[in-house]
Amino acid sequence: MPATLAEKILQQHSDEQITGPGQIVRCRLSLVLANDITAPLAIKSFEKMGAAAVFDKDKIAIVADHFTPNKDIASAEQVKVCREFAKKMGITHYFEGGNVGVEHALLPELGLVGPGDVIIGADSHTCTYGGLGAFATGMGSTDIAAGMALGETWFKVPPTIQVILTGTLRQWVGAKDLMLALIGTIGVSGALYKALEFTGDLATALSVEGRMTMSNMAIEAGGKVGLFPADAKTLAYAAAHGRTGDVALAADPKAVYERTVTINADGMEPQIACPHLPDNVKPVSAVAGLPIDQAVIGSCTNGRIEDLREAAAILKGKKVADSVRCIVLPATPNIWRQALAEGLIETFMAANCIVGPATCGPCLGGHMGILAGGERAIATTNRNFKGRMGSLESEVYLSGPAAAAAAAIAGEIIDPAKV
Amino acid sequence: MYHGTAHTVGAHIDTDAIIPARFLVTTDPDELGANCMEGLEAGWIKKVKKGDIMVAGENFGCGSSREHAPVALLGAGIPVVIAHSYARIFYRNGFNMGLVLLEIGDDVSKIHDGDELKVDADTGVIQNVTTGTTIQCKPVPPFMQGILDKGGLIPYVQDRLAERA
Ligand code: SF4
Repeated sequence: MPATLAEKILQQHSDEQITGPGQIVRCRLSLVLANDITAPLAIKSFEKMGAAAVFDKDKIAIVADHFTPNKDIASAEQVKVCREFAKKMGITHYFEGGNVGVEHALLPELGLVGPGDVIIGADSHTCTYGGLGAFATGMGSTDIAAGMALGETWFKVPPTIQVILTGTLRQWVGAKDLMLALIGTIGVSGALYKALEFTGDLATALSVEGRMTMSNMAIEAGGKVGLFPADAKTLAYAAAHGRTGDVALAADPKAVYERTVTINADGMEPQIACPHLPDNVKPVSAVAGLPIDQAVIGSCTNGRIEDLREAAAILKGKKVADSVRCIVLPATPNIWRQALAEGLIETFMAANCIVGPATCGPCLGGHMGILAGGERAIATTNRNFKGRMGSLESEVYLSGPAAAAAAAIAGEIIDPAKV
Repeated sequence: MYHGTAHTVGAHIDTDAIIPARFLVTTDPDELGANCMEGLEAGWIKKVKKGDIMVAGENFGCGSSREHAPVALLGAGIPVVIAHSYARIFYRNGFNMGLVLLEIGDDVSKIHDGDELKVDADTGVIQNVTTGTTIQCKPVPPFMQGILDKGGLIPYVQDRLAERA
């Protein structure tokens, strides 16, 4: 039977014969992930299960990224639980101090996730690794505990929506804009229970980082995974990040899709998701002129080096408006160092940006950039739910890095081509 | 075999409707069960007898991933939910907590509030005693049935670990 990417990857990790969507299959796990918020709950379930050890101490990752450096006593206690568990279990991939970064930027960079892997994480944006051709998805705490104990989990084989990316991106329009356009088209439950599979000339043309930006937001369309084929670019990325033995991966030519959606980049403006749902998407020209109080450039969606380069290209030689706090959070220590070496940090500082550590920080309204009532932010993050970045009376507009940097300079939402 | 009265609810019932956040201060099934569906309709639970069956529309259990939602249904004495479809994380959490979840698509319109149902989770056959109709849904795969038979994911993992030891 011709298989979609999702079916193909699951089949490689299962002893059962996959016959099509809806079937429930048991799969071996390549990696199990939890963070400082979700790991403590998973550890509780793990202990209830009576497990003495994790299935493989090299295949668990615990990343204390959400509130680190710990913002208060409660978060410090949570991280302590993680640390003690990691130590007791001998977990190799534990990150808390100078090695910590936003989990979904960190794990690809360390080569811990890659093409053909099956990964579950107690974090909904685990789907990011689909950009590398990994079947990766978020789950609840008890599922993660079972994964840590057994090294396997069950999946319902998802039907797949094929997304054809086509056309040419104009300057300052990128992967984030394509994904916002898709979410605006299919809606926040448009891919509920389903896999998204990206294909087309433009999918091939995107960088691996851009692909991860798109896969990251599969969950904002309700999706289980957002998969790109693993091609020569993916394999080069994986090899450059220390992996060996990866092979190319593509759907079978006659694979059956539930439906096909085409996103054409020709003439596409930068896209902005307006409050309070990620599918409330408008072209930048429709919201230009709205004053902002804060711009956030970072997160698992757009905190990678390419994103910082794009933001720096806009900010170079300019100043952030006096009325705006522009917060730049490189997503991992490696990205931070690279940004320093390339002079990007210098550009940000010269433009009066606030450059912070690699943390989730304001993305989830954690710390380092919380909004007051009535304040408005533009952010390169992935969720603009009511109160996501602070006060219930604040607003978050989602965009790509160029539009966020441009707004920081102008003090209002603006087409980056105009600054 | 489950045998009970159908209680129908609409589409897109979210986990806040199943168990509102203000009741999340406990993980006790009885306490959560006493407030089950309180976010949909005050006192909803009063019409339910132990063993009754929840029948829902599309996308049941959407929203927050709280595991308290399936626990509240079980605590309320509802062992089975039949729905058009489920939100993904609820579906998993439900199975993991030992709740029987059957997905029947448009056939859900064949069940009305108050109908008497017999459900064979092994074969996936739902008998509507009131209307005399039968609905066949995909049987729960043996693997999933195994989790249900053990009483949920935690006891299932306990047993699996004992086998491996
Ligand atoms: S950056 Fe934001 S979306 Fe990404 S993992 Fe952190 S909190 Fe979640």
